[in-house]
Amino acid sequence: MVIDLDKCTGCGACSVACMSENNIGVLHNETDKIRSITWLRVYQIDNGKAFPDTEVAFIPRPCMHCQGGKSGTPGQAFFQEAPMDEAAHPPCVSVCPATATDYDEKTGIVSQIPTRCIGCRYCVAACPYHARYFNWYDVPWPKGTPRALSPFVSPRMRGVVEKCTFCYQRYQSARNKALVDGSEVGEMDYQTACTEACPSGAITFGQLQNPKHKVHKLISSEHTFRLLEKLQTNPKVYYMSKREWVRKMADNYVTRHNKFAQAAAQGGHQQ
Amino acid sequence: MSSHQQGKKQRSRADWILLFVGLVIGSAFGFWATPTILYAEKAQPLQFNHKLHLEQVSDSCKSCHSLREDGSFSGIPDIKSCKECHEADSPMGDGANEAAFLEYVKKDKPIPWQVYSRQPDCVFFSHAAHTASAGLECNKCHGDHGQTTKLRPYEYNRLTGYSRDIWGTGPLGLSGPPHRMKMDDCAKCHDENGVNRACFVCHK
Repeated sequence: MVIDLDKCTGCGACSVACMSENNIGVLHNETDKIRSITWLRVYQIDNGKAFPDTEVAFIPRPCMHCQGGKSGTPGQAFFQEAPMDEAAHPPCVSVCPATATDYDEKTGIVSQIPTRCIGCRYCVAACPYHARYFNWYDVPWPKGTPRALSPFVSPRMRGVVEKCTFCYQRYQSARNKALVDGSEVGEMDYQTACTEACPSGAITFGQLQNPKHKVHKLISSEHTFRLLEKLQTNPKVYYMSKREWVRKMADNYVTRHNKFAQAAAQGGHQQ
Repeated sequence: MSSHQQGKKQRSRADWILLFVGLVIGSAFGFWATPTILYAEKAQPLQFNHKLHLEQVSDSCKSCHSLREDGSFSGIPDIKSCKECHEADSPMGDGANEAAFLEYVKKDKPIPWQVYSRQPDCVFFSHAAHTASAGLECNKCHGDHGQTTKLRPYEYNRLTGYSRDIWGTGPLGLSGPPHRMKMDDCAKCHDENGVNRACFVCHK
């Protein structure tokens, strides 16, 4: 996934689409942002300057589906890209004592199985992106609303952790269709709800490794960066901005770990 | 003789036999009682003769249980499919069952079948992947359901509310292919065939 921050207006349509697609409920008190649930949250940053020079950017933040140093099979994979460092790992997967979350080396998706989750919240603490949410309450579904829930996403109960799945149910149904047709899952057969909802087209979704997909071309841009890249979590969500202060604020400019900066220094990008 | 030896009672052969018989009776009671306590039964709304229908149709199971074009599985056919052959005013059999069935046909009302193979909400099962892609036969998981002449009572777990098995089972799973509904059974087959066993393959 690539998100162009220069196109993002912070409208929050992606968040709304996500909540609707993934059966995320509305709690009694949604102003309590410590305990409310937003798989895809939009953060606001500014350049800290006084009035005429003030600039604002919005950062939509889904789960990054960190690959860490996990290996994968690039040809088959939907999201795979080359691992950065063998020692690195997806932070949440390695701490889960219940194996309720795993890294799928074929699709590159970090899963979360609420029915297996014991609610210890280690993963919430481990995730550097705050992408994981704990269900502090059962969702008080108003009468009749459960009938409007999506049958393709299982609603969660109180006491478990949940997070963005890159709308995996959409991949499953696209794959089903491809199996019946005898075709392959195409770029446009599988798009996340947030990608489809974004009115300014800031979000692009596809296989990072597939040269035919738009995202593959986008990630080789010099304006691309990832959040907290120095942690070597190797996220699959890339951001773009032509504004330098935005890129700097993403804690990306630690040249030692930035493969794009390295590649630029060596005079050309390898991927 | 020391006091220690005095206190020790000699076990006769009868004692051992009594112990063994007690164990057997206890285990037998346990094997009988546990499922009885854990599972409850519900009757199906109607009886259905799979064997009879299978003889009438041209495309085996697929005639009624088919994959849709979008890759999803139609599952149990709706009343509309029944009406392709059945008409409300011309019973094809006699008896109370046929009359009750025709009531549904007349009112265009779905039959509230209890589905043996209904999975928990967190499970994603793709018939497309198993039948169209991997080429498994229906009876690999559903046993001889298609050859039966009547529906057995629907058994469900009192605690979870989930169906006990997909189709019939013997004690310790000894009778034929696995018809239970345990994640281990899915995982075992995936392992044996080298299928991806990441969580999201089967969960949602």
